[in-house]
Amino acid sequence: MATDTLHHEGSADHHEHHDAAGTKLFGFWVYLMSDLVIFGSLFATYAVLMKGTAAGPTAADIFELPFVLVETFLLLFSSFTFGMGVLAMNAERLGQVKAWLAITFLLGAAFVGMEIYEFQHLIHEGYGPDKSAFLSSFFTLVGTHGLHVTFGLIWILVMLIQLYTKGLNDMTRPRILCLSLFWHFLDIVWICVFSFVYLMGVL
Amino acid sequence: MSHSPTSPTNNHGSVKSYVTGLVLSLILTIIPFGVVMSGTLSVLTTIIVVAVTAVLQILVQLVMFMHMNTKADEGWNVMSFVFTLTILVLVVGGSLWIMQHLHLNMMIG
Repeated sequence: MATDTLHHEGSADHHEHHDAAGTKLFGFWVYLMSDLVIFGSLFATYAVLMKGTAAGPTAADIFELPFVLVETFLLLFSSFTFGMGVLAMNAERLGQVKAWLAITFLLGAAFVGMEIYEFQHLIHEGYGPDKSAFLSSFFTLVGTHGLHVTFGLIWILVMLIQLYTKGLNDMTRPRILCLSLFWHFLDIVWICVFSFVYLMGVL
Repeated sequence: MSHSPTSPTNNHGSVKSYVTGLVLSLILTIIPFGVVMSGTLSVLTTIIVVAVTAVLQILVQLVMFMHMNTKADEGWNVMSFVFTLTILVLVVGGSLWIMQHLHLNMMIG
């Protein structure tokens, strides 16, 4: 009787753990969907205001496509390296997980660095967010994406620390999977940014 | 998934699927940048190329990188994504539609 209960409890616990990780991932997915609505609103705002240049520069005047192409490659490759990290995690290779996450961090940091440089350059030229409705909505949209990437970088650092202190276990695995979803999601939002803001902006 | 790390994990992809996703994404990035930077096509054609490659690349990354499929969680991932797309069409399309009309009416009035 006692062993039966124990066994039963054990299997229930086991099942719960498995379910909890799945529920956590799905819950995070739902958060990403709500985040998508935020970006959608900012894209709509940008689309409405992009012609409102108030005698300031137009999109074609200030966007430099080769610069944006490099940013795009950085983020795309970082998405790929994170995927490699998840595969290494599935294969139980802790060292490789750390290495891939570190590479992802460096690529992401380079992306944020380039974006800060671009913003600083624009503000220095006198084309800050206060110049026109177009620039306000541009800085808000691209800045919100950059802020997300920055928080992703902090999260990667936290996960690296947890990997060193805790290793791979039932706590850290779902967190890394959630972070991978977050990171891929940011790359997908960036596809919309470079296509609809930068590429269509210079036409 | 965390209890069976050695079992085949189809839902988490393979090196092959990630490499395929990366190569397709690179191609779908270079095409629109090339078209816009060379400026050989007409504006309308360029817009269509940029929009189509963007949508394709989003689909590639959703499937190859984020492993969105109809099997996981009984399709709730896809279901919530489709719901979100509906909201996005309403928000983005609706905003543009209304503001366009407002703009035109203000001009004429």
